[in-house]
Amino acid sequence: MSIRSTILSQFVQVSREQNKSLASLSDSTLLLDSGLDSLCFAIIVARLDDCLGVDPFETATDDKFPLTFGDFVKFYEDAAS
Amino acid sequence: MKMPQVEASLWQLIARAGDLRDRFLWSAEDGIAFGHLAGRSILDTDLELLAGSAVLVATTRQLTAALAAIELDGVARRLVLCPPDLSAEHIAAIVAAADIDALVTDEASATVLTGCARTVRCNPKLAAAAQTRINRHRTEWVLVTSGTTGLPKLVVHTLSSLTAPIRPGRVISLGRPVWSTFYDIRRYGGLQVFLRAALGAGSLVLSSPSESTEDFLYRAGDRGVTHISGTPSHWRGALMSSAANRIAPNYVRLSGEIADQAILDDLRSCYPGAAIGHAFASTEAGVAFEVDDGLAGFPAALIGRSGAEVDMKIEADALHIRSGRTAICYLGDAIAPLRDRDGFVDTADIVHRRDERYYFAGRRDGVINVGGLKVHPEEVEAVINRHPAVRMSLVKHRKNRFTGAVVVADVVVRADRGWPADQTGVLQSEILEACRQSLPRHKVPATIRFVSSLNLGTAGKLARLGA
Repeated sequence: MSIRSTILSQFVQVSREQNKSLASLSDSTLLLDSGLDSLCFAIIVARLDDCLGVDPFETATDDKFPLTFGDFVKFYEDAAS
Repeated sequence: MKMPQVEASLWQLIARAGDLRDRFLWSAEDGIAFGHLAGRSILDTDLELLAGSAVLVATTRQLTAALAAIELDGVARRLVLCPPDLSAEHIAAIVAAADIDALVTDEASATVLTGCARTVRCNPKLAAAAQTRINRHRTEWVLVTSGTTGLPKLVVHTLSSLTAPIRPGRVISLGRPVWSTFYDIRRYGGLQVFLRAALGAGSLVLSSPSESTEDFLYRAGDRGVTHISGTPSHWRGALMSSAANRIAPNYVRLSGEIADQAILDDLRSCYPGAAIGHAFASTEAGVAFEVDDGLAGFPAALIGRSGAEVDMKIEADALHIRSGRTAICYLGDAIAPLRDRDGFVDTADIVHRRDERYYFAGRRDGVINVGGLKVHPEEVEAVINRHPAVRMSLVKHRKNRFTGAVVVADVVVRADRGWPADQTGVLQSEILEACRQSLPRHKVPATIRFVSSLNLGTAGKLARLGA
């Protein structure tokens, strides 16, 4: 499974578990508009750490934080490369 | 010169408890009859030299420590029981803090301790005592706790505070009880069992660090153990072993950690003929109460009873205890008082009330902060452990940039439930769903990892980071 599809499946899974209405995701979707809250993102990041073996948020400075879903995917792709 | 009146010594209490014949202390290697201790000594002529001294008992074997303690109570001014696995640095600190005059050891080449004027090597074979034991001192019993950080704490008890929770007939016993414990008897939980055996006209089967849980249970079973004690984690380990059915106890006791409903139910199922009780006790607070109704938590009526032997109150959700069973003080500098001005010990154990019962949530210093909301790992573990396929679990924090931390869980699956290895995803979903049903969302583990075992600390408690 690609990094993108792994991330997407976690967004879908966590939104279901947390009873959140997930927005239709495109690369330009702002994370703030995704329908997920900070606890959802915390869970997604923890699970991606288990799946992909990396947590790029751990060392990133705030100004590097992804704003869109596309940024989020690239954030992980860059960290994994 | 007239000697001041002192209370009965441990040896005198043992002798009063009943016939010394056919009562034994058994280690993994050998055993000794209580009756064989009369007129004999492992300290020999050195015992007289230790009179009035502060003595550190640092032995390899529990049996030797037990025999030394029996001889030294009433003779030494202070008796420090050194638990196993203490570093030389910590032992040196204890020698200084407890103002130790003499070291009692069974090691041929004991570590040279600075500041310790005398070293006494126990005679592994009991020799005829040089003189009659004279009870002259109200010996301080000092127990060493595993502190959360840095040096262990030295907790001062007396024989009186240690034996105050022990009442004849408190537990079901047909004939002579044969006690055993997974604990080391140089820690509070184990010492309680040693004293219950010694003062209750019973025998004791000691554990051994070199022995597997299975081998220990086989040995305990062969000795006909009737009363046996350990932490919930000890018991989960015992139930995971193939030797759980090698013992058929009348009384199963849990203490030292929160006894959740799952472990109480599992023990009831494994030992249908046994009384199963869980006690709240700590080195500092002593034994506060015992619960024997088979349910987790404790009746709310225990709090605030006037005139009770153990006075309990709850402040800021933490259990506070005042009784004749609590320790007296800590030894050493720069440690907060053990008791407050009113004599209460703050246990730092957090309890929550539901209806007419209080339930332990966890330790105050073990709280995980998820986005500003508190999570006690133990309350999440109690929910996970209720799943029929789960033997035990450890909930811990993982750092996270979004909420500061999230809760994650390591889970050990019950081997006897035969959960297929390729179906762990289903099990994971079931456990998470059970958590979502019972807990607020910030307490539900973000991830669950299946592990084959969980580490226990030296006191038999689940090893928690920073605990």
